[in-house]
Amino acid sequence: MTTLPLSKDTTDTTMPEAKRRGTFGKLIRNRSALIGGTIVLIFVLMALLAPILPLADPLKSNFLAVRKPPSALYWFGTDELGRDQVSRLFYGAQTSLLAGIASVTIALGIGIPFGLIAGWYGGWIDAVISRITEALLACPFLILAIAFAAVLGPSLTNAMIAIGLSAVPIFIRLVRGQVINVKAEDFVEGARSVGVPEWLILFRHVAPNTLSPIIVQATLFMAQAIILEAALSFLGLGQQPPSPSWGQMLNVAKNFMEQAPWMSVAPGIAIFLAVLGFNLLGDGLRDALDPKES
Amino acid sequence: MLSLIGRRILIAIPTLFLVSLFVFALQRALPGDPFLVIAGEERDPEVIARLREIYRMDDPIVVQFFAWLGQVVQGDFGRSLRTGEPVLHLILQKLPVTFQLATASIIVAIGIGVPMGIIAARRKGTVTDYTASALALSGLSIPNFWLGIMLILVVSVQWKLLPASGYEPIFKDPVGAIQRLIMPAFVLGGGLSAVLMRHTRSAMLEVMRSDYVRTARAKGLDENTVVNRHALRNALVPIITLSTLLFGELLAGAVLTEQVFTIPGFGKLIVDAVFNRDYGVVQGVVLCTAIGFILLNLMADVLYVLVNPRLRAG
Repeated sequence: MTTLPLSKDTTDTTMPEAKRRGTFGKLIRNRSALIGGTIVLIFVLMALLAPILPLADPLKSNFLAVRKPPSALYWFGTDELGRDQVSRLFYGAQTSLLAGIASVTIALGIGIPFGLIAGWYGGWIDAVISRITEALLACPFLILAIAFAAVLGPSLTNAMIAIGLSAVPIFIRLVRGQVINVKAEDFVEGARSVGVPEWLILFRHVAPNTLSPIIVQATLFMAQAIILEAALSFLGLGQQPPSPSWGQMLNVAKNFMEQAPWMSVAPGIAIFLAVLGFNLLGDGLRDALDPKES
Repeated sequence: MLSLIGRRILIAIPTLFLVSLFVFALQRALPGDPFLVIAGEERDPEVIARLREIYRMDDPIVVQFFAWLGQVVQGDFGRSLRTGEPVLHLILQKLPVTFQLATASIIVAIGIGVPMGIIAARRKGTVTDYTASALALSGLSIPNFWLGIMLILVVSVQWKLLPASGYEPIFKDPVGAIQRLIMPAFVLGGGLSAVLMRHTRSAMLEVMRSDYVRTARAKGLDENTVVNRHALRNALVPIITLSTLLFGELLAGAVLTEQVFTIPGFGKLIVDAVFNRDYGVVQGVVLCTAIGFILLNLMADVLYVLVNPRLRAG
């Protein structure tokens, strides 16, 4: 059925081979992609460097420093167990990015093959896959993720699976639409006329031509996956304490709003910036990969 | 027009059937035996056997599915495993609470998003346009549960202007209800206003490029008349249908908002049910949401036909 339109339509961005070389140039000239890419890079560095940097142990309680406000020693203050918020933010970046990457991988891993098959073979196969896709899209994203999380049990791994599964229909629909467009192209007919097997045409000629919108959608979905992971952790259905996650930090912080308001500020800003980064990068990628853009 | 609507209804039927199949499969995939939970501490084998009989657990899976579907069609969504209350009764109790929140939120979303989109389109390429677009992107990126916490911190804790949580029915205590609705409606509607802003802007830009707008301008009409009488009326067609679809999103988005503002609605019901392992309620809520969503989609399609003169004539 319908899902919340995150942004402009992404179905018209099939990239001809000849224009591929200019894509990177367009990408770095695009202000939105540049800002978004920089923000994303900062978060990637935060996640990667967390174990190397001289940060406090994100799990170790310090009862002498419970709920300390921001200071020179604790830049973003400490939480209800005296743990340094900066350290938990850095390690939280690992959780968020891991959740995003894993969910996108699951969604792509299932969505692309089914989308390819539905679009290429058409007929009853397409009808069955499309009806199932519509049925899954009939349930709002978060409710679907909560339902999956309820079945699988609350944990980060299960939250990632739940988020990934709930996005599968979006990618099936996207890839199916692209394949239907591409299979009408002359080069597909040409390959068929020289006797290239169907499966080879599908994987060598059709699949690569569906990549651009998938890349754009996957980037935009990273943003959604980060919010969803935070939301599930906030509800207690994602990352479980004491492991750090931005959503779970907010879940705890809401109980200490009057005593320690700083606990709510930093994790929220981190989620906002990470999501903004991926949204900007996605918008920029769409413009750079769109052959209609000059 | 009727055939178009009829066709949409026919398409919705297999979708509804598949949704029910999915919800049924979800229940069967649940970890552990829910009957052990209902049977209580003693886990009397006789009680468990009786429960399995009531829920037809020993029948073949296909029989179980169609028996369950037959009940659902008759409005029986099962019972809460915890309290024994009918799930539909629980949902109908909570639905007005969420409906009130969703209605207030859609008013906020349309009230902010549509005017912002129109202004951005009319001043395309100016600072106003860029500011509106940046605000929309920020609105899409802010986690609404965090925005809720921040509003409570500033407006309720610091300024003591509005109550931080709770619910009052609008017809019982209008002032109290509005006071309690302002922040959650802004939180929930704010993100959707960003979606509406983007769509209104692009719809307006599309319409402004059309021939009839050029003709209106060529006739010498002033810009306000061109925009309000000709462009806006046509640009709003897709926005009306989008708003219907967004209403469904609001029902789902309410899960987090209700959690932050402790509103005893539909969203809180499903979250509490997940933690209580009350799968009957989880199943009922998912099914109800999906049915509501499909009906809203159907309504959006019908509305689209009704407000679009070309389709209406066909």
